[in-house]
Amino acid sequence: MTRLERNKLADKLFKVVAICATAVALVFLAALVIDLIYDGAGRIDWSFITSFPSRRPARAGIIAAIAGTFWLMGLTALFAFPIGVGAGIYLEEYAKKNTFTKIIEVNIANLAGVPSIIYGLLGLGIFVRTFRLDQSLLTGALTLTLLILPIIIITTREALRAVPSGLRQASYALGASQWQTTYSQVLPVAMPGILTGTILALSRAIGETAPLVAIGALTYIAFLPESVMDPFTALPIQIFNWVSRPQKGFAINAAAAIIVLLCITLVLNSIAIYLRHRFKKRMRW
Amino acid sequence: MVENKTVFNIEELKAWYGTKQVLKGISLKVQANKVTALIGPSGCGKSTFLRCLNRMNDFIRDFRHEGSILLNDQDLYSSDIDPMDIRRQVGMVFQRPNPFPKSIFDNIAYGLRIYGEKNKTVLAGIVEESLKKAALWKEVKDNLKQNALTLSGGQQQRLCIARAIAINPEVILFDEPCSSLDPIATTKIEELIEELKDDYSVVIVTHNMQQAARCSDYTGFFMLGDLIEFDDTKKIFTTPSNKLTEDYITGRFG
Ligand SMILES: Nc1ncnc2c1ncn2[C@@H]1O[C@H](COP(=O)(O)OP(=O)(O)OP(=O)(O)O)[C@@H](O)[C@H]1O
Ligand SMILES: [Mg+2]
Repeated sequence: MTRLERNKLADKLFKVVAICATAVALVFLAALVIDLIYDGAGRIDWSFITSFPSRRPARAGIIAAIAGTFWLMGLTALFAFPIGVGAGIYLEEYAKKNTFTKIIEVNIANLAGVPSIIYGLLGLGIFVRTFRLDQSLLTGALTLTLLILPIIIITTREALRAVPSGLRQASYALGASQWQTTYSQVLPVAMPGILTGTILALSRAIGETAPLVAIGALTYIAFLPESVMDPFTALPIQIFNWVSRPQKGFAINAAAAIIVLLCITLVLNSIAIYLRHRFKKRMRW
Repeated sequence: MVENKTVFNIEELKAWYGTKQVLKGISLKVQANKVTALIGPSGCGKSTFLRCLNRMNDFIRDFRHEGSILLNDQDLYSSDIDPMDIRRQVGMVFQRPNPFPKSIFDNIAYGLRIYGEKNKTVLAGIVEESLKKAALWKEVKDNLKQNALTLSGGQQQRLCIARAIAINPEVILFDEPCSSLDPIATTKIEELIEELKDDYSVVIVTHNMQQAARCSDYTGFFMLGDLIEFDDTKKIFTTPSNKLTEDYITGRFG
C-alpha cells in the first residue's frame, strides 16, 4: 500500500467512526423523544396546562410550574443580563491587562464549569439563610443568576472581541471617547452575539433541577406567584417530583411536562440561532 | 489663502513598539493646503508616523515615542492636550474602508452627534455638504437611509472621506486609501484629494508611485525608519538628490 492509499484509508476509517458516533447519539436522542411522545403527548391538553398539581394524576396540571419557570426566566434575565454584560464590557474594554485581571479571567472560566448543585448550596447559604429570602422566586432567580453569570460574561467578551478593530478605529479617529465608541458602535454590533449567549445560558438555566432542589424549592404549589417573595415551583422540579412517584399516571404526567419543557428550550434555542444567523450577515468588512 | 503656513512641525520623532525602534528621528514640516505624500518600502514606518499625527498610536500597547510634534504650535503630546480634540482637528481615512454598519446618514452624522449636535436640519445640511465634497452625493442622495455596508468599496471609501470631512478637521490623513480599490475608484479618490486641499491639508501614505507623483505637492521618502529625502514632489520624481530615493522610485528595489 502506498502512502497515499494509506492516507485515504485512514480518512475513510475516520469518517465511518465519526458517522457511527453521531448515529449513536442521534439514535438515543430519537429513542428518548419517541418514548416521551408515546408516553406523554396524549396527556397534553388544555386542562393539563392550566391545572394546579393534584394528588390524582389525571387531574394534576403544570400551570404553577410553567408560571414559576417563566417568572424565574424573566427575573434571572433581568439580573444576569445587565450584570454579566457590564462585567464583560469592563473586563474586555476597560480593565488593564495585568496579573490581577488574568486571575479574574481564569476564575470566571472555571466558575462556568462548576457543577450546578454547588450554586444551589451557595444560594441556600447566602440567599435562603443569610438574607432570609426563604424559598422565594427571588432566591431561585438569584441562584440561577449566579449559575449563568460566568457564561454571559464570557460570551459578552467573545462577542466584543469579534467586533472588527477597524470599527473602533473609525470611531476614535472621529474624536469619540471610549464610552461613546463602546456604546454607539461596538455594543450594537456585538449585541446579537451577546443575546445569543444569554438566551442559550437561560435555556440551560431553566432546565436546571439541582440548584432549585438544593435551595429547597417546593413541589406542591396551588397558586400562581404574585410577587418575587412568593414560593414557587418550576417545571424541572415538578418533573423531578412526578418521576419519583410510584403511580403510573404520574410517570405519564412527567413525560408530558418534559415535552413542554423541551418545547420551551427549543423555542429559546431557535431564537438564539436566528440571532446568530442575522449577526453573521451583518458585518462584512 | 495663506502661502506656506506650516500645520505640522515634526522634529526628531522617534518611535518604538516595545524595544523595536521603527522611527529613527524624523523631522519634517507639513504645509497647509498642500498634499504631502509619504512613500517607502513596506514596514518602514509610514503608518506609524501617520498615526503619531492624530495620536491613534495611543491605542497600541507598548508604543512609545520621543521628539516633538507641533500642530499649529501646540505640542500634540503635551499633557494638557486631550487626544480626542486632536483627532477632531486631524481626521483619518484608513486603508480598508471602514464605514459603521449603520445608514449612510448616520455614518456621517455620528461625528457631529458625539459632540452634541442634535438639530436635524443642521445635521442634514452638513451630511449633504460632506457628501458633495466627497463626490458621493449624486450616487446616494436618494438612499441616505440605506446601510452603508451595501455600498461598493470605492463608495464606502468616499463615505469614509465624507465622514472625516463632516467634523471639519484641519488636516486629513490618508493611509493607503486606494490599496483595496479598483483603478476607476482609485482615480475618483485621487481627484477628490486634489480638490480637498483647497479646504484641508492632506498627508497621504501610498505605495503607488504614480499616485504620489500625480496628486501630491511634497513627497517624503521613508526607509527603515529614516526619512531619506523630503522635497517638492516634482524634484523627488525628476532629480532626487539621494541615490536611495532614485533607486526606489525607478523601481530598482522595493
Ligand atoms: N502594533 C504594532 N505592534 C508592534 N509592531 C508594530 C505594530 N505596528 C507596526 N509594527 C512594526 O513597525 C514597523 C513599521 O510598521 P508600519 O506599519 O508603520 O510600516 P508601513 O511603512 O506603514 O508599512 P506598510 O507599507 O506595509 O503599511 C514594522 O516593522 C511593523 O512590524
Ligand atoms: Mg502602513
